[in-house]
Amino acid sequence: MKNTYQILPVYSGDVSGACAALYELGGMVVMHDPSGCNSTYNTFDEVRWYEKESLIFLSGMTDVDAITGNDKKLIADILMAAGELHPRFIALVNSPIPFLNGTDFAGICRILEDRLNIPAFYVSTNGAHDYTEGAGQAFLQAARRLVDGNGEKRPGTVNILGMTPLNYTLSGSGKRMEAILTEAGFPVNANWALDCDPETFSRASAAPVNLVVSSAGLYAAEELHRRFGIPYVIGAPLGGFAPAVMEALKTAMETGENQVPHIQSRKGGEPDVTLVGEPVVMTSLAASIELETGKTTEVLCPTEVTRGLLGSADQSVAGEAEMQEALRSARHIVADPLYRSVSPEGVPFTPLPDLAFSGRLYLKQTPDLFTWKLS
Amino acid sequence: MLKRIGSYGLEDTAVPAKDAAFPQPFSWSLEYCPPVYESWNIVHIGMLLPEAHQIYVCADNCMRGVTMTAAEMGQSHRFHCVIVEEKDMLFTNLEQVTIEGVSDVIDNLPAHPPAILVFTVCVHHFLGSDTDYIYRELEKRYPDITFIRCWMDPVMQKNHRMPDVTERAAMLDVVPEMPKNPGLVNILGADLPHDGDSELMELLRNQGIRVRELPGCKTYEDFLKFGEAGLNIVTYPSFRYGGERFCERMGRDMLYLPPSFSYEEIDQSLGALAQYLHADMPDTAPLREACERELEETRQALGDMPVYIDYIAHTRPAGMTRLLLEHGFRVERLYIDAFSAEEEDDFRWLQANAPELMIFSTIRPKLRVLPREQDRPVLAIGPKAAFYADTPYFVNMVECGGTWGYTGILRLCRDMRQAALQEKDTRDTVTRKGLGWVSLI
Repeated sequence: MKNTYQILPVYSGDVSGACAALYELGGMVVMHDPSGCNSTYNTFDEVRWYEKESLIFLSGMTDVDAITGNDKKLIADILMAAGELHPRFIALVNSPIPFLNGTDFAGICRILEDRLNIPAFYVSTNGAHDYTEGAGQAFLQAARRLVDGNGEKRPGTVNILGMTPLNYTLSGSGKRMEAILTEAGFPVNANWALDCDPETFSRASAAPVNLVVSSAGLYAAEELHRRFGIPYVIGAPLGGFAPAVMEALKTAMETGENQVPHIQSRKGGEPDVTLVGEPVVMTSLAASIELETGKTTEVLCPTEVTRGLLGSADQSVAGEAEMQEALRSARHIVADPLYRSVSPEGVPFTPLPDLAFSGRLYLKQTPDLFTWKLS
Repeated sequence: MLKRIGSYGLEDTAVPAKDAAFPQPFSWSLEYCPPVYESWNIVHIGMLLPEAHQIYVCADNCMRGVTMTAAEMGQSHRFHCVIVEEKDMLFTNLEQVTIEGVSDVIDNLPAHPPAILVFTVCVHHFLGSDTDYIYRELEKRYPDITFIRCWMDPVMQKNHRMPDVTERAAMLDVVPEMPKNPGLVNILGADLPHDGDSELMELLRNQGIRVRELPGCKTYEDFLKFGEAGLNIVTYPSFRYGGERFCERMGRDMLYLPPSFSYEEIDQSLGALAQYLHADMPDTAPLREACERELEETRQALGDMPVYIDYIAHTRPAGMTRLLLEHGFRVERLYIDAFSAEEEDDFRWLQANAPELMIFSTIRPKLRVLPREQDRPVLAIGPKAAFYADTPYFVNMVECGGTWGYTGILRLCRDMRQAALQEKDTRDTVTRKGLGWVSLI
């Protein structure tokens, strides 16, 4: 069955993804949940929690609140906390019980905005999706509510979209990404949202191009394209694939057309190497492998947001049994170490720890994705 | 070092003992979760049951925490997931999702375990799932497996019982009736093994009585022999509900003998046990004298060093605070969100005798931004106090650490002296889950 797991964990959930996306933006994120979502998120899915402050809280809802539809307590608690902590915005994140009882988050947000005079928005999670969907929805709402088109245009610059520690775990990755782009001639206008400056977040409409560095940035890229006509490039400047990404940025700026450079870069055909994980990072690494070694690749994608992100050789894979089946024909596997337990014996396995999957287990072996090479 | 946002007052986050309400000094509000994870959760507790597996039936986000807990313990081979998807919450028969999912997990196991703890969740409550039907069907399909009916339903925990309380009860529910063995006593205690040198254990040993407790069970068969004991001693409040239900069903006796810092209460507990066993009350005077000596030695060793205490170190944090204050320690803060009814006397004593003692919440939102660093070295008792004091000097203890009575006080004194001398890596220590289990991080 697709919905059972014998030994593998599940990926970080949508609530964690939403919190990770909004972590550095100076807002107050409230998970409307009884308990568990917050500790799960900050224990296993968030490497910044101990050192870096962020106003992320749990509502602590009870059965009585849920049954009686007592939204007044949630609103009062948020008003009190916001009055003391002065966030830039409020984001409400949903979980299974408020999802089931049909809590009117839009209405609650209107009340909060009216009382606090700051943006308040709802991130439509429900605990039943993975982090790519949750982070994607959070960045989408940020693109709708926190970005205006009034700023001066900044030609030649780029926005980074979809950057969270769930994919870019190594400390300083956000700044590394900015430096790589700047050195290649693309100064960063806004970084969404790792090692970022919340002051620059809302000026995203000023850049002529967006770079989607994980699937979490896709919905925001589409929204910014819809609102401001900004084209986007899907791909991360990792290893030997970086020049192709830079070329795609240039093309997108010149033509106004969206670009997915890994699809052009990769040859396809019977794969020598099988990569498992989030689609943008993994297809970028796959392209890097192909360009640097000449080997063919496929990406098996177990996360949810994949629309337009995968190449012809790649596939979405749902659940442990399907992954085990898909890995049977692999000749060389690149995946989080926990996938070893469902990989065929004797097949070369290159571990690539993934925070969104194995959490803290292999944190000390987190690779530098920007320089990672297939061994 | 945390970057701080402005400066904040302590209102709603800390209150002097004299002004604190009992049992709940702070109202429930938005909750901050500090990065302190050493307390045990339902996964840790269930893993104490030898050979048993656990299957959780819940949505992705809820599953993530429990599945990663098992992974960090190196116990993923005994942990399995059935994912409840969005469509299952809206359109599908959740009973069938649960039955077929659990069945699929079992059918793909290399061998059937003797028991499986199945955890249904908040969603099962809210959709009115017929869990009796679910278990009837599973028991029909797998008659060789004992299904332990557990809940991961935190939505109920503020107004009803905590999931760990119902889990402990559910585990005892499957123990079969068997002939009574008067030479055997169960200790239904905290999750760490009861200190074998405690005066309670000594009293039992002196009467030729053997003790069985969950942490010491090596096989599932061992666990089932809980049914033999004539007496069940509950030492941990979270086991009280399960212990009472178990003893009522089995027709067995129960004594509730919680760990205490009151000499009188310790003697009352020992007296109750001695009376039950028809034994002489042990002479506890030497232990009292030893405690007095150790407390004084510890006080001198600490000098003026402030002491912060938290509620996860021990089930009697107010009692611990009182004992230390009575012996001249400079206890300045007690981190706790709600007091147990058992601690009302100690709480009232603190109000009357230490009115300026600060009672701190551990979860109020402002704790996220209040500075943690202190202007002088602090000794903390418990990992949350250590985190909030930002101190490397702390007694790393949860759930009483297996201690009980006078010997517990003696150990606390020794641990305090050692903690004041030896720095710990606070971040590396308090962020590990389930103190006492292997941590693979």
